Amino acid sequence: MESTNFVWDLMGRNLGGVLIVISLPLFFVLLYALIAILAELKISAWIQERLGPMRTGPWGILQPVAEVIKLLQKEDITPDQSSKLLYNLAPFIIFTGAYAAFAVIPFSEAFVPADINLGLFYVFAIGSISAMGIVMGGWASNNKYSLMGAMRSVSQLISYEIPAAMAILSVVVLASSMNMQEISRAQGGGFWNWYIFGGPGTWTKIWVVPFTFGLTIIYFIASLAETNRVPFDIPEGESELVAGFHTEYSGMKFAMFFFAEYANMFVVAAVLTTIFLGGWNSPFGDFMQGPWWGSFWFILKSFVVVLFQIWIRWTLPRFRVDQLMYVGWKVLLPLSFVCFMAISLFVMLK
Amino acid sequence: MISEYGIVLLYFILGAVFVGIAMVAAMLIRPSHPNPIKNSTYECGEIPIGEPWIRFNVRFYVIALVFLLFDVEVVFLLPWALVFKQLGWFAFIEMILFVVILMAGFIYVWRKGDLDWEKPKPYIAKLEDLVVGKKKTNQ
Repeated sequence: MESTNFVWDLMGRNLGGVLIVISLPLFFVLLYALIAILAELKISAWIQERLGPMRTGPWGILQPVAEVIKLLQKEDITPDQSSKLLYNLAPFIIFTGAYAAFAVIPFSEAFVPADINLGLFYVFAIGSISAMGIVMGGWASNNKYSLMGAMRSVSQLISYEIPAAMAILSVVVLASSMNMQEISRAQGGGFWNWYIFGGPGTWTKIWVVPFTFGLTIIYFIASLAETNRVPFDIPEGESELVAGFHTEYSGMKFAMFFFAEYANMFVVAAVLTTIFLGGWNSPFGDFMQGPWWGSFWFILKSFVVVLFQIWIRWTLPRFRVDQLMYVGWKVLLPLSFVCFMAISLFVMLK
Repeated sequence: MISEYGIVLLYFILGAVFVGIAMVAAMLIRPSHPNPIKNSTYECGEIPIGEPWIRFNVRFYVIALVFLLFDVEVVFLLPWALVFKQLGWFAFIEMILFVVILMAGFIYVWRKGDLDWEKPKPYIAKLEDLVVGKKKTNQ
């Protein structure tokens, strides 16, 4: 098997190499979270015709750093009524779940931390761990709002996991692989070969394009629900539940929930990029293709998806619970099954 | 020599260690002045009323059950999706049967109304409501 990790080529599979491989994405996540928080503040400000933070540093670019420092020195409150062990364990679970997903994200053709054959399945399984952290936090807080937020969060997550799973399954059908790196490799040669446009093939693939395109949108909607972003943020709906499952958390523990949310946003954006938007492939065939350009394209595409998530958050109102269940079970689920059947028929006829 | 799954495990460990480091760093810096009021359950400044273990809508449970069926189905479909091209039309028709049976169950749940959340029905006041002594009726 050829090496899919430049660190192994440079340093060999020793302790130093392993340390670099496992901590490189961590630095990336930290940097990305700071940028995403600033982007969220600034984009929300532009959408609402405000300036946003302007005082911390030039043009307010140090605002996320200031917020991290602020959260670091905030007093940590553990309610007397809470169940202490679970209450303290929840931030660990939720962030570990978010970070573990980075183990299989193919950042470039020369860098994927763990090149496992079950990559896509693994990401799908790991996605549920954050729900466990949410339930744990909500339950252990011993607060009505937290518990309601946690219950809603789980019902929402499991409702939208099926459409997301069908979208992932369709790509597995098209690519005959669950290895993220192989899926990316299969989409090389130009944007018309991406799975959003039916994957590589001749003109006969044209009738499957509406289905793959639809699945891309279904996956994007489901991923918004899985990261508890607007318009699916009823688990933390401020106007009714204070802050939902993290009402009782303060200081660094709250920061971890916050951080995990941003990490999860990137994970779902990265999965969307890998399975539908061509991964690290350049949109123009061999032009600007290569390991370094690969990471550039991958991060660029993922950031565009994250920007879409932020844009939607500040544009749409929140769903009611019944509307949320209606969209999840009665619209997205049948549609995703239809798309899945059509795509398997297409692969069968090819 | 560490296997690829070993690296996956290290990711879990590093994630937990990172949270641990952040917690310890915060513990060294932050003040700690707990008092009973601060440590009470937060309900927007009011004294909490009643138990937090409230009763839940039974629909959460039904949704979880239906989800379980679909999740198992996804687990069955994943290995099928990898190899069905080699297995040919027989495997394809088998899968269609499988999904059709599942869909029959889904349609049953749908028709039974278990996927409908209770919608808030606004009560529109009528002129008769104003008549004193007349019982309010909400059809």
